[in-house]
Formats: sequence, C-alpha cells, structure tokens
Amino acid sequence: MADERINEAFDPDAILEVRNIRKCFPIKKTFTGKVTQELVAVDNVSFKLYPGETLGIVGESGCGKTTLGRTILKLHPATSGQIIFEGQDITNLKSSEMREIRKKMQIIFQDPYSSLPPRLTVGGILSEPVKVHKIVPDNLTKQYVLDLMEKCGLRDYYYERYPHEFSGGQRQRICIARALSVKPKLVICDEPVSALDVSIQAQIINLLKQMQKDLNLTYVFISHDLSVVKFISDKIGVMYLGSMVEFGSKTDIFDNPLHPYTKALFSAIPQPDPDVKMERIVLKGDIPSPANPPKGCRFHTRCPHAMDICKEVPPEYKDYGNGHCAACHLLD
Amino acid sequence: MEENKNKTEELEETNLSVEDTEEPLDKTVRLMSPTRMVVRRFFRSKLSIVGLIMVVGLFLFSFLGPVVYNQWGEIEVDKSGKYELSGSTVTYTVNGNEYTIRQTTEKSIDDNSLAPPSADHILGTDKQGYDVFVRLMYGGRISLIVSFIAVFLITILGVVMGGLAGYFGGVIDTVIMRICDVLMCLPGIPILLIISTILDSSGIPGQYRIYLLMIYLTFISWPGTARLVRGQILSLREQEYMVAAEAMGYSASRKIFKHLVPNVMPQLIVQMSLSLGSMILYEATLSYLNLGVKAPYAAWGTMINIISQDTDILENYLNVWVPAGVCIVIAVLGFNFIGDGLRDALDPKARR
Repeated sequence: MADERINEAFDPDAILEVRNIRKCFPIKKTFTGKVTQELVAVDNVSFKLYPGETLGIVGESGCGKTTLGRTILKLHPATSGQIIFEGQDITNLKSSEMREIRKKMQIIFQDPYSSLPPRLTVGGILSEPVKVHKIVPDNLTKQYVLDLMEKCGLRDYYYERYPHEFSGGQRQRICIARALSVKPKLVICDEPVSALDVSIQAQIINLLKQMQKDLNLTYVFISHDLSVVKFISDKIGVMYLGSMVEFGSKTDIFDNPLHPYTKALFSAIPQPDPDVKMERIVLKGDIPSPANPPKGCRFHTRCPHAMDICKEVPPEYKDYGNGHCAACHLLD
Repeated sequence: MEENKNKTEELEETNLSVEDTEEPLDKTVRLMSPTRMVVRRFFRSKLSIVGLIMVVGLFLFSFLGPVVYNQWGEIEVDKSGKYELSGSTVTYTVNGNEYTIRQTTEKSIDDNSLAPPSADHILGTDKQGYDVFVRLMYGGRISLIVSFIAVFLITILGVVMGGLAGYFGGVIDTVIMRICDVLMCLPGIPILLIISTILDSSGIPGQYRIYLLMIYLTFISWPGTARLVRGQILSLREQEYMVAAEAMGYSASRKIFKHLVPNVMPQLIVQMSLSLGSMILYEATLSYLNLGVKAPYAAWGTMINIISQDTDILENYLNVWVPAGVCIVIAVLGFNFIGDGLRDALDPKARR
C-alpha cells in the first residue's frame, strides 16, 4: 500500500500532505549499533490539509501526537513515509535546505515557561528570527516587532523585559508572536493551551483564531481537550497508540463517530448541564506500552466490541465517504 | 452533542468578556534583569565583598603601586652601602684577675642587603639588596597577568571544545572526551620539569618562560572546563527553547554561541574565578621550584624560594619572605571568596 501512494501525484492545492509517515525510536541497541528493539511512536499516519484549515489532533497522553507534530516539522527525521509541504517533498531535505522552509512552518509549544530562552529580552527573542530570515530590512525590524507585539496583545514596553517577568498567558502570547514573526503559512500548535488556566485558554484560542483569519494560517492543533479542539478545528484526527484511528471533518467526527475509541473519547467530555445524563463508555485497562503494541488492531485490548479478527488482523484505514476515514473491523 | 455546542458557545462568550482582564505588570513595576539580580545578590554577601576588596586591592597594589612608589626598580640594587659590625669577646683569668678582650671588626659593603624595614625600604631589602616591597608589586603583576591569561585561554578552549562535544554528540563528542581523558591522565609537574629543562637549554629569556609554561598549563587544564560546558549543554539542548531555535532554522553556531553558551555563563564564571585562584597557586609553585620566573625577575614564588637556600633568612629575616606568602594567600582567598559569592548569587533557587 505504501508503494502505491508514493508514486501518486502531489495534490497541488494541499499545503501539507503526510503520507504513511512512521517514526520509530530505538530502545535497545547491540554493541555494533544495530537496533534490536524499537518504539513505534507514529505508525502509518496519512492526511491532507488545505490552506486556511485547522486540523485538530486528539488522543490520550503518549499516543504520539507531539511526535507527529515534530516529525512534520522535521525536528525528528521520519523513519519512513513522505511529508509534502506546498507541493515539495521535504522528507529528505538536508538541514541547510530545510532552513529556508523553516520560516514557512512554525511551532508553538505546550510549556510557555521552558520554550522561551531565559537570557534574552522579549525584543531580542522576537527580533532574532526576523533578522536571521531577513523578513524586513534591518532598520525596520524594531517597528515590525512592535507591530507584531501589538497584534498579539503585548504592550510595547514589554520589549525590554525578560520572559521570567511574565505570566503563563503572556508568555504564550510571546511564543505565538515568535512563531508568527517569520510570516509562516503552517503553524503546529502543540497543546498551546493545556498549561494555562481556563480563562487564559480562551484568550489564547481567540488570539490564534484571529491570527488565522488575518494571516490565512493553516494550523495543526494538537490537544487532548476535546472542547477546545471542537471550537478551533475544521478537521479532526483521532490518534491511538501511534496510529490515526479516525479522521474527518469536525461535523462528521462529532456527529457520527465511527471508531469505538472516538466514541469512548467523546463520552468522556464533561457536560456542564447536571440534568443531562451521561452515557459514559468506560474503557477497561490502561493504554498498552507503545514499545510492545498488541497484535492485530491496537485497540482490541480495550475495545468494548472486540472480535476475534481484531486480535489477529490490523484493520485497514479506509475512507467511509466524504473524507471520513477510520480503521475498524466493525465497519466492514 | 448538544451540550458540546453549548460549551463551545460559552467558550466564545467568555473570550469576549475576558479579553483584557489579564492585567499586565504595571509599567512602573519593573522586575530586575537576571544580571542585575545576580549583582545585587552578590553584594549582599559580606564574604564576597571581602573577596572583591582583596582582589581589587591586590590589583591596585601590583599595577598602580610601582607607578606611585617608584623610588626603587624591580632589579635595582640599593648601593647605599652599610657597615657591618662583627665582634668577639675572649675572657682570660690570670692570677685571679679577670681580663676581658673585646675585638670588633668593622666591614663596609656596597649593597644594602638584608636591611630591616625602614623609611627607605618599607619591607626592608633582600639578600641581593633589592627592595622587597617593590618586588612584591612586580611579582603580583606576573602572577595576576599570567593567571588571567591562562584562565582566559582555558575558558575559550574549554567552551569551544565542550560546546562542540555537547552540541553535536556522537563521534565528535567521543573524540573530544577521549582527548580530555588522556590529558587528564598526564602528570602535570613531571612533564613541566622536562619542558622547563628544554627551555633552559634553548636559552629563552627568563621573563618569557612563564608565559610558555602557562600555555602548557592551559593545554593540560582545559578538559575540566570542557567537561563542565559539555555537561551543561547536554541538559540545555533538550530544553524546549532549543527545539524552538531548531524550528526557527537557526545555524548551529548561532544556537551554540547565542542560545547555549550564555546559559552556561553562570557556571563558567564561577569556574573561572575559582581557577584564577588555583592558577596563582600553580604559578607560585612553579616559581618556587625555579621553573617559572627566573632571578633576577620577581615573582611571589621566587621570593619565598629564598628560604630554601638560606635558613638564616628563614629564621631571622621574616620581612623578606612572609609578605610574598601573605600575598599569595590573599590572592587565592580573594578569588575563592568571589567564586563562592558568585555561585550563591547565580543559584536560581536562591531568594531574591
């Protein structure tokens, strides 16, 4: 299946296309450096994303969401598969060639505390990428940075201040400003709000939405908070143990979840109305170790509808109409 | 599903209402920059102020001293001369009468050597008639210059090698670290003795030898700094701001020298101030062993070395050698106090 798709022409309209991407980390090596055991963090994930869209990626901790985001940015090299950005295959680009593309794809991190260099002022943090990538002429850099700060809700007198003087929300604004300073087209938001409290979350999400509207950005929004994902996304991908189990438009996924894992996940969303009875699907057991994933369907150990075939044959990831894809034997 | 929509709408509403409630720090309330905070904490400790006074005092003494107090040069012999009296008394007993014969010899010598402290010579003169106080200043120049050069070189070499090893890892790391291991196995003093002998036979002027030896010291001492830098960089490079720098597409040199090294600076500054003390000791040891500065040029170590040749001076002329020892102690203590003070001041867990 992988070979077929590699020769398929690139979709000229898609800003990002990921084909059968796989990322393994070595766990054990022999003395000669041969890998004897590896952890498959991302397994055969494929999707397409068009300009201006937001893809929400959900899944529980350790399911490979962050690794997927970082592999798309080539912060880790992909083990196999293809990453196509703006019609160009960037999978095997050298790091010097990659440097030019870096300014078009940026990342916002989960932890606004460790993601800002502690010994640079806000002005320094924001003007460095502008200078390195020559976004504007040198004499206009400061004005450009100040404008950007204003857009991101930062006061101009923050320019001379250090990151430790700010609260989490303001730091996250600085991170957003840094990511946007190089005028990117694609921004990977790696759980940008999960370290913030709820009122600040709302502000940051609003800022992200505003920026998307103004700059026509494409987001890959990684989160485990389903209500946030629902608010911001156009498409949603559900991940379990490294693989994409369901992918589709927001309405399809929320109104008609196909995969039992997605159903269980949605049933766990807390309801604000106490009168509404929740039909909670409680999954038994823990998430298996990705170093030693179950045979067959990876979800079969916890699936309420597991059948015999699930234990042996991995289900095929198929399109069930309108780009709504899922991987489950129940649907066949 | 209906409820989810409600929540989303709620979220939307909250956005609008809380947009500006996250009130920023007041314009007038300004937290200190990391550097200013460190300086303030440094001056809060009495010990570090004492250390700073000691070191600054020694600097003024060594570099400004000879300019102000210029009656005598470093190798200028006091030719004013003096009379040396030596006498003997013999007592005879003849027929119950006691006769005492006292014989006195008066000897005139040119050099005013081993003079006691006086207005002319604040700390007296040594065996050759050099002014001890003045030589103390010149000896301080040598010690301070040499240890600063050595520490500077050690730091540069250590940062570059440790930075490369820590950042790139893999083969580069292995090679650099094995070089460090080998260098750390070398016995410093024996090799120094050999080098010194070679220098002796090659006829290099006495006052330059110490610099060559310092280059050698740099060569065998950089692994300590390199290991420190490498260890720090190994932990810093996993920080998310380094991932962000990678995602920004910065070059490797920018990442190392703009993002990593500034964050190693605190540890590096402490290490530097502590090794300044040990370099002064090293220099004194070398001069004491006659491997460093050669007579007639002054160094603290050489000034103490006199006592190993003349026990009379050890017992009776404390003014000749004790001051040099005191200077060494002050210098080393001063640098160590500063180092300790900086370590406490740079500790991020300490209170403001």
